[in-house]
Amino acid sequence: MIVGKSVPRVDAFDKVTGRAKYTDDLCDRSALLIRVVRSTIAHGFVKSVDISEAMKVPGVVRIFTCFDVPDIPFPTAGHPWSVEEAHQDVADRLLLNRHVRYYGDDVAAVVAENEVACAQAARLVKVEYDPLPFVLDPIQAMQEGQPQLHEAYPHNILKHTSIRNGNFEEARKEEGLVCIDKWYTTPTVQHCHIENFICYAYEEAGKTVIVSSTQIPHIVRRTVGQALGIPWGSVRIIKPYIGGGFGNKQDTLYEPLCGWICRQLGGRLVKIDIPREDTFISNRVRHAIKFHIISYVRKDGTYVARKLEMFSDQGAYASHGHSIAAKGMGAFPQMYPCPNVECDAYTVYTNKSVSGAMRGYGIPQAMFAFESHTDDVCKALGLDPVAYRRSHIMPVGYKDGFSKNENYYDTFNQCMDKAIEYMDYYARREEFKNQTGPIRKGIGLSCFWYNTGVWPISLEHSSCRMVLNQDGTIQLQVGETEIGQGADTAYAQMAAEVIGLRDYTDVHVVSSQDTDVTPFGLGAYASRQTYMCGFSITQTGQILKKKILEYAQELTRMPAYELDIVEGNIVRATDERVLMPLGDLATEAFYSLTHSVHITAESTYQIKTNAYSFGCCIAEVEVDVPLCRAEVKKIINVHDCGRLINPALAEAQVEGGMSMGIGYALSEQLIYDEKTGRGLNNNLLDYKLSTTLDHPHLEAQFVENPEPTNPFGTKALGEPPATPVAPAIRNAILNATGVAVDDLPMNPKVLFRRFTEEGLIHDPWREEK
Amino acid sequence: MKDQYRLIEFNLNGKDVACMVDCRASLTDMLRNDFRLTSVKKGCEVGECGACNVIIDGECFNSCIYLAVWVRGKHVRTLEGLMGPNGELSDIQQAFIDETAVQCGFCTPGFIMSAVEILETGKLYTRDELRKLLSGHLCRCTGYENILNAVEKTMKKRLGIVE
Repeated sequence: MIVGKSVPRVDAFDKVTGRAKYTDDLCDRSALLIRVVRSTIAHGFVKSVDISEAMKVPGVVRIFTCFDVPDIPFPTAGHPWSVEEAHQDVADRLLLNRHVRYYGDDVAAVVAENEVACAQAARLVKVEYDPLPFVLDPIQAMQEGQPQLHEAYPHNILKHTSIRNGNFEEARKEEGLVCIDKWYTTPTVQHCHIENFICYAYEEAGKTVIVSSTQIPHIVRRTVGQALGIPWGSVRIIKPYIGGGFGNKQDTLYEPLCGWICRQLGGRLVKIDIPREDTFISNRVRHAIKFHIISYVRKDGTYVARKLEMFSDQGAYASHGHSIAAKGMGAFPQMYPCPNVECDAYTVYTNKSVSGAMRGYGIPQAMFAFESHTDDVCKALGLDPVAYRRSHIMPVGYKDGFSKNENYYDTFNQCMDKAIEYMDYYARREEFKNQTGPIRKGIGLSCFWYNTGVWPISLEHSSCRMVLNQDGTIQLQVGETEIGQGADTAYAQMAAEVIGLRDYTDVHVVSSQDTDVTPFGLGAYASRQTYMCGFSITQTGQILKKKILEYAQELTRMPAYELDIVEGNIVRATDERVLMPLGDLATEAFYSLTHSVHITAESTYQIKTNAYSFGCCIAEVEVDVPLCRAEVKKIINVHDCGRLINPALAEAQVEGGMSMGIGYALSEQLIYDEKTGRGLNNNLLDYKLSTTLDHPHLEAQFVENPEPTNPFGTKALGEPPATPVAPAIRNAILNATGVAVDDLPMNPKVLFRRFTEEGLIHDPWREEK
Repeated sequence: MKDQYRLIEFNLNGKDVACMVDCRASLTDMLRNDFRLTSVKKGCEVGECGACNVIIDGECFNSCIYLAVWVRGKHVRTLEGLMGPNGELSDIQQAFIDETAVQCGFCTPGFIMSAVEILETGKLYTRDELRKLLSGHLCRCTGYENILNAVEKTMKKRLGIVE
C-alpha cells in the first residue's frame, strides 16, 4: 500500500534547497515593472489624472489611467464558469476604475524600468476626485439614503437568499420555551500567504502569456479573456510553485491588468509585484459577517424554532460574492436539525477591501456564531456542552436534501471522544468550576461541518493525463494545483496505487500548470482536489493499465485479463508470477520495430457527489482578567476526512489550519479608519499574525471513516481545520470567566469591554464620567 | 549615476565575489538579481516576515532591510550554500523534509538559515527558547509545529542527545 503512508513530499527536496522556482524567480530581469496608483478616497469619481510630473521621472515608460482602459466589466471569482447566464459571476469592475469604491481602488498604473522609478512616479501622479459619501458597515449600507456603490444593486444588496423550513412564527408560540436571542460578529481578516500576489506577462506566438501566482490557472485564462475582450484561447496562463494562497489566489487579481498592459506595449515583458501593504488592501479579505440568531428551545435543549439573519460585508466589488454567506447559512439547518427554521443571508457592498474566498469559505464565520450559540443555549439551560451536542447535533443517517450528503457514521461522537480523552475534558471542567481571582482557566468545545467541493451548486470534474516513460515510470498531469498543501504528493501516491507501481517516486507529477499543456481543471479550492482527483486518477490509471496489459499480452503470450501490474512488474494474475518488469515493457513499446506505441491515457471524470467532512476542536485557555488577555494553553483538532492518503501531510495541514484559527480567535483583524475608510494596519507588524510564541503544541488527530462515494475513501481536509478553533476558544473563555464574548477577535480591547460590561473589572474612565 | 554605484567585494557562500551595486539596493535585491540566489525570498521587504533571512558573519539578518553595500568584506551565507560539495543535504535540510516542516516552501529558506544560526551556537535550547529564537519568522501554512520539531531534533542530534 502506497496510499495511507506518510511518505515525504515530492517537492520537499527542491523547497529545502531553494531550487523550487516561484513566479518572481522565473521572471527575466529585463521586465518592466508595474505599480498601481491607488485611490486616496473611499468613494467617488476620478475627475482627472495628471501624469505630467510623473512622466518626467527617469525610467518611467508609460502611465495608464482609468480613462485609458476598455469599458468591459469583468468577473473575478474563481468559480467554474456557468453556461447559464443567471448563474454567472457578477462582472462589476474594470481594469482601472473611474468610479472608485474603496480607499486603495485601482486608478492608474505606472510602468517603469525599476522599482524606484515606479514608486517615485506613482507618488507624482495627481488624481483629482469628485468625492462621494461612503459607508463601511453592511447593515448601515442597506438603509435608505445610504451611498450607492453599484447602480444595479439597490440598497447595496448584492444578493439576498433565504431558507424557510416549517413555520417559525407558529412554532415559537409553544408554551414554556426559552428564547436565546444573540448577535455574533466576525472581523475582516486577510490570508497573509508569505508570497504576495505576483504575475508577469509577455507575448509569444501571438498569445498573451501570463505567469502567475494563482490557485486557478484555467479559470484565470477565462477571466483574462473576458476582461480584455479577447478569445480565451489566445491567453496562456502558467502557474509555477506558489507561496501559499488560502483562497486569495482563488480569484483573478492583477492578471488582466498585467496582460492588458503587456499588449499595450507591443507584448513587452511586464511584471506586477504587489507589495505586502497593498496585498492587505487591494487583494481579497475574508467576509466580516454579523449574525443574529434567535432560538426557541425546550428545557431539554430541543430546538423548536430558530431564526438566523446574516449580514455579510462584501466590500467594494462582487468577487465570490454571496457564495460565502450562502455556504455559511446552509450549515445552519444541517448542524442542529430543527423543524422550523427561518434564515436570511444578505451580502452587501461597502466601501472597503473586496471580500473573496478564504480558507473555510463562510464556515469559520458560521461556526463561530453557531457553536458559540450552542454554548449560550447550554448556559441558559444549565446543560453540559458535550452532552448537549451528543444528543442534538446532526444524527447518524442525516441526509441533506440538496447536496445528498449523508452522515454515514457516528463521527461527531467519535471525534469528540478522542478530543475529550486527550484533553482530559471532564476532569478539567470539574477543576475549573467556581474560580475567582485574576487568573482563570477554562475549557471549550466546538464541532464543525464542511462540504467537499462545490457540487451540486456548480461544476465538479477533474481531468488527468498519464504518460508512460521508457523506464516504466509515468508523468502525471492534472489541472488541480499544488499550493503548499501537498496535493502533488497525494496524486503521486494515488496514481502509483492505481497502476501498481513500485513506489510513488515512480510517478513524476508535473507540478506546474500551463493552460496550453495541462488538461483542463478547476484548481485549488473548496478542499476538493484530493477527493476530485481521486476519481480522475483512478479512471485514467485504469485506462493506462489496460493499455499496458494489452501490450503485455503481445510480449507474454498471456491474455490481458490474466495479467496484472504489481510493484512495477507485469505479473500473471493467477499466481502473481513475475513475467517482466514494467520498464522492459515500456522500452519495448517505445522502440519496437514491429509494434511501436507511446502508451498514454487521458480522461475526464465528472463528479456528481459531495461529501461531509466533520470534526471538532477542544481548547483550554488561561484568562488574565485584569490584563484582559486570553492565552491558549492546550488544544486539539480531531477530523474525520475519511481515509488519509498521507497521515503526516494531513497532520501538517491541520496544524496550519489551527494556527490560522487561533489568529482568527485572538488577534487578527484588519481595521479601517471610520473617518476616511483607509486601512490602518495593513502590514505584518500591526496586523497580528500568530508567531511561534503565540500557540501551544498543536495536536491533530483523526477518525478514519472511509467516505463511501470516493475511490480512496477520502474527503475534505484543506479548509476544515481553521473552522472550529475560534468558537472552541470562545467557549473556553466563557467556561473560564462566565462571560460570553461574541465578537472576534477576542483581543484585549474586546475582552476589556466585555469584562467591564459584566462587572469582572472596572473601567476607571467610565466611572469618572 | 556615477556616484550611485559601488564596487563591493565580499565572500558569498564560501567564494570571494565582487559586484557593482546600486548603493540604494537591499541585500535581498543584490542576492536575487545579481547573483540569482532565489532562495532569498521577498515576503514584506520591511523586515517583518523573515523570508529573506541570510547569515552575515555568523549572525542572521533580514536581508531586505540590510543594504547591499554593508556586506563589503563580510561573509554572507544563503540556503544555496548549505549543500555539501557532492550535493549532499545538510542535516537541518534533511530534517525539514523528514519532519514534514515544508508546505508551500516560501518561508522555508529563511527558517532554515535561522535554524543554522541556532544550531551553530552548539547550545541546547528548550522548546520555549527555540520558539523565541524562531519568532522572527512568519509561516502561514504549518502552524510552526513541524518546523520546531525539525530544529529541535537536529539540535539534539548534533549534541548527541538520544531521545
